[in-house]
Amino acid sequence: MPAVIDADVVRHVARLARLALSEDERETMRRELSGILEHVDQVRGLDLSEVPPTTHAIPLQNVLRDDAPRPSLPTELALREAPEVAGGGFSVGRMG
Amino acid sequence: MSDARWEAVIGIEIHAQLLTRTKMFCGCALSFGDDPNVHTCPVCLAHPGALPVTNREAVRLAIVAGHALGCEIAERSVFSRKNYFYPDLPKAYQISQYDEPVCLGGTFRYLTEDGERTVGITRAHLEEDAAKLIHTGGDGRRAGAESSVVDFNRGGTPLLEIVTEPDLRSGAEAAAFLKQLRQTLVQLGVTDGNMEQGSMRADANISVRPAGREAFGTKTELKNMNSFTFLERGITAEIARQIAVLEDGGTITQETLHYEPTPGEITSLRSKEEAHDYRYFPEPDLVPVVPDRAWVEEIRASLPELPIDRRERWMRDLGLTFEDAEVLSETAELAGYFEAVAAVAPPKSAANWVRGELRAQLRERGEEPWESEVTPAALGEIIAMAEAREISMPNAKAVLAEVVATGAAPREVVEAKGLGAISDETELIAIVDRLLAENAAQAQQLRDGRDKVVGFFVGQAMRATQGRADPARVGELVRERALGG
Repeated sequence: MPAVIDADVVRHVARLARLALSEDERETMRRELSGILEHVDQVRGLDLSEVPPTTHAIPLQNVLRDDAPRPSLPTELALREAPEVAGGGFSVGRMG
Repeated sequence: MSDARWEAVIGIEIHAQLLTRTKMFCGCALSFGDDPNVHTCPVCLAHPGALPVTNREAVRLAIVAGHALGCEIAERSVFSRKNYFYPDLPKAYQISQYDEPVCLGGTFRYLTEDGERTVGITRAHLEEDAAKLIHTGGDGRRAGAESSVVDFNRGGTPLLEIVTEPDLRSGAEAAAFLKQLRQTLVQLGVTDGNMEQGSMRADANISVRPAGREAFGTKTELKNMNSFTFLERGITAEIARQIAVLEDGGTITQETLHYEPTPGEITSLRSKEEAHDYRYFPEPDLVPVVPDRAWVEEIRASLPELPIDRRERWMRDLGLTFEDAEVLSETAELAGYFEAVAAVAPPKSAANWVRGELRAQLRERGEEPWESEVTPAALGEIIAMAEAREISMPNAKAVLAEVVATGAAPREVVEAKGLGAISDETELIAIVDRLLAENAAQAQQLRDGRDKVVGFFVGQAMRATQGRADPARVGELVRERALGG
């Protein structure tokens, strides 16, 4: 059964994603998300017992790197895009 | 737990920073205590388009830990995104593992004075650590801070999260378990296990239920226990709090709690509504890890003997006590040192010397046995000479002191300083006779039946011989000569 995407679910998911949506946008999201779940549900109707879950689109595995340090960014460069800098760090103001 | 009507149920989550040189998904070096933001790059700062690549050594260390925990090493494991917003997490998701962790279902064995116990291991998975928040103003904690600053040096450090089954029943049990888990991981080189610096952290899930009931009560999660003492105290306090609430007819709220060690208080963390809705999904930027089975077996074969196996072997084969074995297996270095001494001296004596006199003498110099001038062979020689009564016990300690200071060969010290025991019985008898004559009053007391006075004569004889006499033999001679026995 397709999960019900109603206005409350959209509001909840939007809040988790820190998205401020207008009422119109919420309705569009509701429709589109419902469509996605309906599609998933159609796929579910097939016999997939022999198909392993896909976690990646490219058939690759074990892309690993050696544990060898590489140069890091100079601190000034790392901090250049920070909206505000304090004490050599990214200032995030007052938290909660 | 003191209250027999209630039973506590405890599971532990451990986060251990892995001893790699670089971060989990980028080549930035790991460090502790450097200036803020000197080890960052586009990957660990979450610049758009930067791609993570998994550190092979982190995977290897997870497999090492998995073997030690008796886990199954998954044929295939997958990274997932755990989504939430917090300033210490620049991507707004943490790369972790969800339904396909690297290690599954194991059993950790640990020792108590009452014998071996086990804790079920649910899983162990790889993930990246968050950055560090530095709070300024207030008391240095988030609450009340005027502002906060992010240091990304720690962000992206490889972590192994180990989750246990709810198999523990008290704070003391949890502390004993964690202590030995830490010891095992440290001795295998998986983590440095420094709880104070936060490279190993433990959270506890705690609930209580009426004794004899099967179903679990509502659990709370207790955080911020950065030592074994705090872990034990925190859990004990939370169990007592839950029992008090339930006995008052109240109910336990599922929440995250913070243990404040100084007053020993438990406080509720700001309740993050919906915080556990992490919307995990497979990380599209990383491909599955499918460890080669030959590699997995090679890692298993290269594991050293586990601390618990070593302790059990020492107790079984070498006759060591629980406490001897516990103290001597504290670090891999100490264990190795003791075994080298025990190979050339009676093991029980070796244990006593290493634990006792050697450590006491070295403590003053701030040295550890394995880095001191005293080689296991030298200590073995001192023990052998003492046991053969070639030197008296006080002189054996004096020889050790000389070896500690100079690294000289024990036998040469004995000869150079003339510390060899007096083996000529007639010489000892002459000394005893002289002392009995010189101390007529004490000799009379002895004859009157005050056996304690023997100690006085032994002391005199040891002084007269500069410790070269065998105190036990002197005692016998004093009685024989004074009482004519």
